[in-house]
Amino acid sequence: MGQVLIRLDQVSVSYGRVEAVHSVSLSVAPGQIVSVIGPNGAGKTTLLSATMGLLRARGGLEFLGENIREWPVEQRVAAGLVLVPERRELFADMGVEDNLLLGAFQRYLKRDRRINSTLDEVYTRFPRLKERRVQLAGTLSGGERQMLALGRALMGKPTLLMLDEPSLGLAPIIVREIFHILAGLRQDGVSILLVEQNARAALQVSDYGYVLETGEVALHGQSDELAQDQRVAASYLGAARKGNP
Amino acid sequence: MDFQIAALLAQDGLTNGAIYALLALALVLVFGVTRVIFVPQGEFVAFGALTLAALQMGKTPGTVWLLLGMTLAAAVLESYRCGRAGTWRRWPREMLVLAAFPLAVALASYFLAPLQLPLWAQVLLTFCIITPMGPLLYRLAFQPVAEASVLVLLILAVAIHFVFVGLGLFLFGAEGSRTPPFGSGGFEALGVNVSNQALWVYAVSSALIVALYLFFGRTIFGKALRATAMNRVGARLIGASPNFAGRLTFTLAAALGAASGVLIGPITTVYYDSGFLIGLKGFVGAIIGGLVSYPIAALGALLVGLLESYASFWASAYKEIIVFTLIIPVLLWRSLTTTHHEEEE
Ligand SMILES: Nc1ncnc2c1ncn2[C@@H]1O[C@H](COP(=O)(O)OP(=O)(O)OP(=O)(O)O)[C@@H](O)[C@H]1O
Ligand SMILES: [Mg+2]
Repeated sequence: MGQVLIRLDQVSVSYGRVEAVHSVSLSVAPGQIVSVIGPNGAGKTTLLSATMGLLRARGGLEFLGENIREWPVEQRVAAGLVLVPERRELFADMGVEDNLLLGAFQRYLKRDRRINSTLDEVYTRFPRLKERRVQLAGTLSGGERQMLALGRALMGKPTLLMLDEPSLGLAPIIVREIFHILAGLRQDGVSILLVEQNARAALQVSDYGYVLETGEVALHGQSDELAQDQRVAASYLGAARKGNP
Repeated sequence: MDFQIAALLAQDGLTNGAIYALLALALVLVFGVTRVIFVPQGEFVAFGALTLAALQMGKTPGTVWLLLGMTLAAAVLESYRCGRAGTWRRWPREMLVLAAFPLAVALASYFLAPLQLPLWAQVLLTFCIITPMGPLLYRLAFQPVAEASVLVLLILAVAIHFVFVGLGLFLFGAEGSRTPPFGSGGFEALGVNVSNQALWVYAVSSALIVALYLFFGRTIFGKALRATAMNRVGARLIGASPNFAGRLTFTLAAALGAASGVLIGPITTVYYDSGFLIGLKGFVGAIIGGLVSYPIAALGALLVGLLESYASFWASAYKEIIVFTLIIPVLLWRSLTTTHHEEEE
């Protein structure tokens, strides 16, 4: 294992002939929150999808010291790599609790007996979900849906949690709640790779940051230093949030 | 038509309808999880009935050879895959998982068939022969093209249907078979003769439907299959792989097909090519349920059975036409009432 949980080494990802991510190198150490910020279409979602195995990647992809590039998605999930996708991908016609339990599907396969205690933990973290345990996921509000997506991911007991824009489309007060929860997760030892357009909040909560522009890493550094950087301040920390029409 | 005839026709119609309902449920399940319109489901029915008939005559059923052939093909495919990926270390285990059950079943059939086992043992053996064909078929035919469009998958399903009918003729010959009824006789209720055979069909179908309901509602595997049908990406992200879901679905479909075949064997004479018409009636039921709703599909299949039964009384020459014409108003009604969901992905 050593010092690095996940390492991307010159990873490139293409859609057909079009390359959307060009040799990106990045790593996350245990216990860290690492954020990736960048404008619309920079390739952030593409990068996470390839790391999860939904898209093919070229280059090096190591998780817990193993080369996972050819692994299927389910094997990565079983190893502790879990993604909360940009579109949430919840099971809309199922209840909240079923969605959560399905998040532990790989653990059922491994006959893990601690699933119910994880469910209690998730309910403690998100009391709102407990209130709505039988409600259909498709009828939840945007914020509740995001909590459910997070909760479902946590049910898998991730070693590394990857989040694609957890604040997308949420009211500021809920955004604050979500980031508060992320900070809490870090306290509990969950490592996080966080993709965000809300650069200010992301840099505040994270230890290290990468700026992705047109599929390449434009800048990277300690989050507090990045937040001071002229270019970052000009492009991403302006008064108006970039990307919102 | 007096009340007695009407009641008898209803009994017949519900008996067939219950069997069509099992087919309709299998079709909805397969379509939901894998997007395959599973035309060859009817062939599992015919194979089930013919397998049981062969066992009753003390012969090794031809489907045993089909099972062995499919296992061999899957073994070759898997070896090729191991070779390309360079994972020979896993090869012995893969082969064991793949071939152990089919080989055991084939041996058992070969030695047990001449012994004239009791009926329940023959039924069990029939299930053991037909059910593994489901996941094998998925592995051989559908898994390699799982991402293809619905149309491509349908064309593949039709092709498999033809292959299976051809193999059916080769393995079982052109003569039809009929298996003896499970229960002879019956009793009188309200002046109507209720046959024990019909009761058997009702009981077994209902039990299977309840079992399916519990499976999908209560077990994690059932929920994972529903999840796959609802949101493919979401299912992959929780670690329920499409291959896993496909194989499990096809296992269930083959088992339901075998059940339908065992149940329909004593009712009609089944030939190697009878599966298509039977499957089509299940399909009409499934269409009434829009290929998504299990309860409406099952009710639709019962309706098909009833309609067929009464049609055969009034206009027996036209009964198939009447049943299949039903599909037109149903499609019209569905296209007018269903709001179209945008295809995700
Ligand atoms: N399925 C696809 N097929 C072809 N091109 C795609 C596909 N998905 C994304 N792209 C392209 O790849 C590039 C990167 O997209 P990506 O979704 O990764 O950006 P992003 O950084 O996540 O943007 P946003 O902040 O808007 O979510 C874009 O130019 C996009 O148009
Ligand atoms: Mg994105």
